[in-house]
Amino acid sequence: MPIQYYITLSIVLFCIGIVGVLTRRNAIIIFMCIELMLNAVNLLLVAFSKMHNAGAVGSDANPTAGVDGQLFVFFIMVVAAAEVSVGLSIIVMMYRNTHSVDVNFLNRLKN
Amino acid sequence: MSTTEILFWFLSVLALVGATMVLISRNPIHSILWLIVVFFAISGHYILLNAQFLAIVNLIVYAGAIMVLFLFVVMLMNLNSDTEPQKNNWMKIAGAISGGCLLLIMIDVVSGSSDMQNKTAIVKEGNIGLIKVLGKVLFTDYVVPFEISSVLFLSAMVGAVVIGKKEKETPNP
Repeated sequence: MPIQYYITLSIVLFCIGIVGVLTRRNAIIIFMCIELMLNAVNLLLVAFSKMHNAGAVGSDANPTAGVDGQLFVFFIMVVAAAEVSVGLSIIVMMYRNTHSVDVNFLNRLKN
Repeated sequence: MSTTEILFWFLSVLALVGATMVLISRNPIHSILWLIVVFFAISGHYILLNAQFLAIVNLIVYAGAIMVLFLFVVMLMNLNSDTEPQKNNWMKIAGAISGGCLLLIMIDVVSGSSDMQNKTAIVKEGNIGLIKVLGKVLFTDYVVPFEISSVLFLSAMVGAVVIGKKEKETPNP
């Protein structure tokens, strides 16, 4: 598959995530859109890893070129899992204090 | 049109439709279910790229753990109704326009770059996505980040517990 297809798909997914963050007010959906953006980047990293590997097979004798990209995706998933657990607990605490998940109620840090 | 291309286009359309439905669903439960569809489509892309380890990890971690956590929180807070107050249309139009501008600029930059011409990502072949190769590199070159990520998990766990803990009743001024 040409790498342009993967790049375009990832950019479109990423921009859908950005539009979601900008237009929705529900904190949980904003959070899900952030996950969507992370996944778009992950897909692009894997595609680039395979592209790098294809370029390396022809030229030199390093059959594992491009493994770093996939390990990077693995670490992104690790960080995303940690981020989700903390973020959801923040949303739960916010709901407990304001009885809403509307982000517009958070425009003041006081009260 | 080969089977690989048909699968690629099918998974791409599935991912894009799912992402759009995440955006426009009124009910948060529907958004979560559509996001799970997106994650399955992206896992299908990983399998197509022969990155089997990441495909399985994506399913287990994202579709299995993270989305269940989201569903749990939504159902715990009884949000499964469309109680979201609507932003005025100006904000929606402004958000869509700014996102669309970013999309156009990024696609234009990428399609115009000479580095990306005639490059292909090999599908259905290559063994760098297999768990054996990844594990060897992970436990030789990337041991330190791996261990640091375990510390990160520990701190995230402690942080989630501390934040989510019920506070003592303080007299409300």
